[in-house]
Amino acid sequence: MARFGMVIDTKKCVGCMDCVVACKTENDVPEAFNRDWIVQDVRGKNPDLHMEIRTERCNHCDNPPCVYCCPTGASHVHDLGGIVLVTHDLCIGCKACLASCPYDARFIHPEGYADKCTFCVHRVERGLDPACVSVCPTHCMYFGDLDDPNSQVSKLLASRKNHSLIPEAGTKPQMFYLV
Amino acid sequence: MNEYTTTRHNELVDPSLHIWGWEIPVYLFIGGLVAGMMIITGYFIFKGKYKDKACVCRSLPLLGMIILSAGMFALFLDLEHKLYTWRLYLTFKATSPMSWGAWILIVVYPTMIASFLVNVPEYFSRKFPWMVGISEKLQQHKYAVKNIGVVNMLLGGLLGIYTGVLLSALGARPLWNSSMLWLLFLVSGLSAASAFVHMVAKRVEERELLAKADNGFLILEIFVIGLFIIGMLTSTKVHIQSALVLLSGLYAPAFWVFVLGIGIVIPLILQLLAVNHKIKHTPIAPIMVIVGGLVLRFVIVYAGQYTHWVDAAF
Amino acid sequence: MNPLSRRKFLKISGATIAAAAAVGTISKAIETSDAAKQKGIQKIPTFCDICFWKCGAIAYLRNGKLWKVEGNPLDPLSRGRLCPRGTGGIGAHYDPDRLRSPLIRTQERGEEMWKEVTWDEALGYIADKMQKIKSQYGAESMALFSHGIGVNFLKHTLKAYGAINFAAPSFAQCRGPRDVGFKLTYGEDVSSPERTDIKNSQCLVLIGSHLGENMHNTQAQEFADAVQNDASIIVVDPRFSVAASKAKYYLPIKPGTDLALLLAWMNVIVSENLYDKEYVEKYGFGFEQFKAEILSYTPEWAYPETGIEPKLIRATAREMARYKPATLIHPGRHVTWYGDDAQRSRAIALLNALMGSWGRKGGFYYPVNMDVPGYPYPAYPTPAKEKVDNPNKKYPFAHEAITTGIREATLTGNPYPIKGWFVYATNLLQALPNEDITKQAIQNLDLMVVVDVIPSEIAGWADVVLPESVYLERYDDINVEWFRDSFVALRQPVVESPHEQKPNWWIAKKLAEKLGFGNYYPWKDVEEYINHRITAAGLSFDELKKNGIILGANQPNYFDEGVPAEFPTPSGKIEFFSLQLQQAGFDPVPKYKRPAGGPAGSFRLLYGRAPVHSFSRTQSNRILSDAMPENEVWLNANIAERYGLKSGEYIKLKNQDGVVSNKVKVKVTERIRQDCIYMVHGFGHTAKGLKHAFGKGASDSQLLTRFETDPLMGGTGMNVNFVTIEMEG
Repeated sequence: MARFGMVIDTKKCVGCMDCVVACKTENDVPEAFNRDWIVQDVRGKNPDLHMEIRTERCNHCDNPPCVYCCPTGASHVHDLGGIVLVTHDLCIGCKACLASCPYDARFIHPEGYADKCTFCVHRVERGLDPACVSVCPTHCMYFGDLDDPNSQVSKLLASRKNHSLIPEAGTKPQMFYLV
Repeated sequence: MNEYTTTRHNELVDPSLHIWGWEIPVYLFIGGLVAGMMIITGYFIFKGKYKDKACVCRSLPLLGMIILSAGMFALFLDLEHKLYTWRLYLTFKATSPMSWGAWILIVVYPTMIASFLVNVPEYFSRKFPWMVGISEKLQQHKYAVKNIGVVNMLLGGLLGIYTGVLLSALGARPLWNSSMLWLLFLVSGLSAASAFVHMVAKRVEERELLAKADNGFLILEIFVIGLFIIGMLTSTKVHIQSALVLLSGLYAPAFWVFVLGIGIVIPLILQLLAVNHKIKHTPIAPIMVIVGGLVLRFVIVYAGQYTHWVDAAF
Repeated sequence: MNPLSRRKFLKISGATIAAAAAVGTISKAIETSDAAKQKGIQKIPTFCDICFWKCGAIAYLRNGKLWKVEGNPLDPLSRGRLCPRGTGGIGAHYDPDRLRSPLIRTQERGEEMWKEVTWDEALGYIADKMQKIKSQYGAESMALFSHGIGVNFLKHTLKAYGAINFAAPSFAQCRGPRDVGFKLTYGEDVSSPERTDIKNSQCLVLIGSHLGENMHNTQAQEFADAVQNDASIIVVDPRFSVAASKAKYYLPIKPGTDLALLLAWMNVIVSENLYDKEYVEKYGFGFEQFKAEILSYTPEWAYPETGIEPKLIRATAREMARYKPATLIHPGRHVTWYGDDAQRSRAIALLNALMGSWGRKGGFYYPVNMDVPGYPYPAYPTPAKEKVDNPNKKYPFAHEAITTGIREATLTGNPYPIKGWFVYATNLLQALPNEDITKQAIQNLDLMVVVDVIPSEIAGWADVVLPESVYLERYDDINVEWFRDSFVALRQPVVESPHEQKPNWWIAKKLAEKLGFGNYYPWKDVEEYINHRITAAGLSFDELKKNGIILGANQPNYFDEGVPAEFPTPSGKIEFFSLQLQQAGFDPVPKYKRPAGGPAGSFRLLYGRAPVHSFSRTQSNRILSDAMPENEVWLNANIAERYGLKSGEYIKLKNQDGVVSNKVKVKVTERIRQDCIYMVHGFGHTAKGLKHAFGKGASDSQLLTRFETDPLMGGTGMNVNFVTIEMEG
């Protein structure tokens, strides 16, 4: 079975937010909410600085606390590649999933349900990349099957140094960042 | 210096999580309080004290139901997708403390009704004489009554534990990520309930008993809080930092003054003096305990939301 | 630990309420007029207009409603991927603050009090005033300021009328000095899109050019290619830009001293014989004189000027030489900084010449285009006067019109009065330095017309405001681009305009008819015009409509591929020593002059771009403003500590002339030097009509009261303003 994940080449990412904007239009994300966002992580003292730029979103964890804590089953793992999704009319808006996410990737949609990145499951089902990946002008984002050793994402992870976010939280995130 | 900037600006999530306002701490406090009340009621019923007309266990079930309903209403107010609340009761999710809680609450009410019926309070027996019939029939079955007492204690325990597990299961908030939290909330619930019952009980012996019990619970609570903090301080960086939020950070004043001082230490001293007959029993100490218990929930819920894993930079 | 203060809590709840009030899916904001609501997805190719790069795009309609815009894979500029502004382009169509109907001023200029009128009234009013100006002062007294391809038809109408004074801020307020510096050296300018072969460069040097934050699509994409290819990147910037974070060498230069660094680099390369000798001998002119002069600029000389250590200057110079000729010292784009900009740009041109990168792979390619004839219009009237912007060739090397020159003439009436301004799609108040001078000039006008899509600051000063359809609702002139590959691209309407907005071609044609120049518009509508041109080029309009792009044949881009190495300079060679500069009384080889400092305790004000905004044009686009609602002032962490400031707190800035900015957030950062502060341009809107953007962030332009004019070409160096910090109660 496939296990979908994303690989971000932080060396190429310029943090332009095209992924953020594309997500908004593709998914009609309401104004003042973000399913994905840019983080700039700067270390050092001027002028000896290091900056990692990352596009972040739901990590579609293999060990998803948001799914475990959901009292109604609204948050669930989709059969297609382990994408973590929310069924809107099962969600009661208790916000436990928001509190359970170490990445703060979820928010409450103005209509009341918990919302977040879906890996553009509606596109993935049709064999397309998620919108953010498909628009990225620097081509720094890759989407694919982490279980398939021949997929581009697997090859990138095998060949380059990378890290995930807050692995110590034990959620087994499926977003990886090449350094 | 570690500079961390994000373009995310989600309501309730940024700059730090603030998804839960007053409703959840109030609900958690009430859950603990009612849990304690159920345990006390169950104990009295189990011990056969219900036969005494003046026993506080006659009025506690009804009070418990009213208070718990208020708590559940607060919980309901917090839900963002209210029209879909019924979805809770179409499923049971074993990994979700919320789901456990929903179902526990469902069985808590019949249990409290049963304990209410064991010896219906006088107001009701006057208004609804048929209730007296039920009480009389029930009382003929000593074993059943004892079981009602046991089930009350059991479910009270579950309810009290669940209020803590609810938070501690949310591993993304380091402050809540402690296996002491269920015990803390249970003990705090018991001490608040003891204080509450101490105030409403009519019989002197009961008041004495509960004041003594409360002293026990308060002393226990100090130990549990101590272990809770030590557990945090001996864990990872994020846990240490989240403990510091209580000890010296943003929530330190509320923690030291309200939770420990007003909520535990001062009433403990007052009640120790009272049970040793140095001073008279007054409602001051119990009120302090109740306020302290409420503030504890606020502090834990708010400070917990403020703590997170990301770079531990809060 | 940084406790969440009570104030912060209150702010959060305030923001929450505001956010809750503002909620609503962007696309739900306005229902467009839906003549033909089609089910399902439609894709219509066009090209973008959120900036002037003109990327090929495909607009998607979902059930007849505008849904999203993606890149057109056929398009060489976008390579199938737009920048965030292009992706957020639908926000321009849905912007609730956009201009809706023609407006005529009812109160004083600048008070933004209007009455809505019909197009007939508005154009009649304008035509009437224009006729008066023509009879009283001559047609030359009507000037036009513009930006982008959309002005073509309007310019045609004004040319038919007899106007000659057309200028765009893109010259004297932006890339002009660069193009002059390169023209003086190679005989050709860098043009737009820049002929920089970034994707093939092995060593890329960026001087203040913040690619990645500046999202000129092709350049940003090729920059990522260069990073992927492990090109050696050298970034010179007082600010640790995004590009700097990708660099092998980061040089945190003292602002205003770039020319000293360039001279020192050339010194190292010449004195260590690291330059491309064959190339210089073959194509260079005056190298010996150049060499003699350059030898005095040692890295040790440059060190106290630039703050860059000699060993770092040497290391980076050698690094450049290592990869020559695939070493590209990027000429930048917005280079109007200190008033010595044309000479600095010339130094960049010369450094590239030493690398032999002009005309070579990884350096500067030769752009090509398709032969698409213009429309055969009647001849325009012969002007009776010279252009007004550069009297007596005061700026001898200006090869385009100078906006600030027209402004000056409008203010003084010399060499002749300017009595009418047409302003198309450029917010002059934020584009030109010192907005007070602009406002004073406007007060001398008999007619001030603004054509735009949003009620910008400059629109507030107009007599007549004409609402234009946004690019997704209109045809424009075809884009016959000069680029790496040749192609022609079509902008075509995707949706209808929601209100009374009209496309520029319609406005221009109607105005011409009102003025009595209907004969200059022999075509019925713009489709007929485009069809005529496309057919004349032997191409198919239907194909263009279907694909949005028609690609031309492959043509060579480099000397190696057969491009003739011709340099249209006076010497016919690359001019290391410029006789024409010498004759005009300027330095034939660039000389460094130390920039003036600011008052004690002040910071040099630097400004730049954010990837999600174009100038001051996109802050009311809800999608883009959501990505970046306001700008921040970057302040070095040590300085911030001295002031007790933390990120997110608000301050005001006061410049050397006492102008105080709007309140603006502080970004406390290690990413900037201590002697300057930085902010993104385009915020701090004061136009009442821009309800969403109003008062958000601060306007750098407002603080740019001073400027240094480039003596070669009249560009306005604007990084010469200094500000102090005013604490916000």
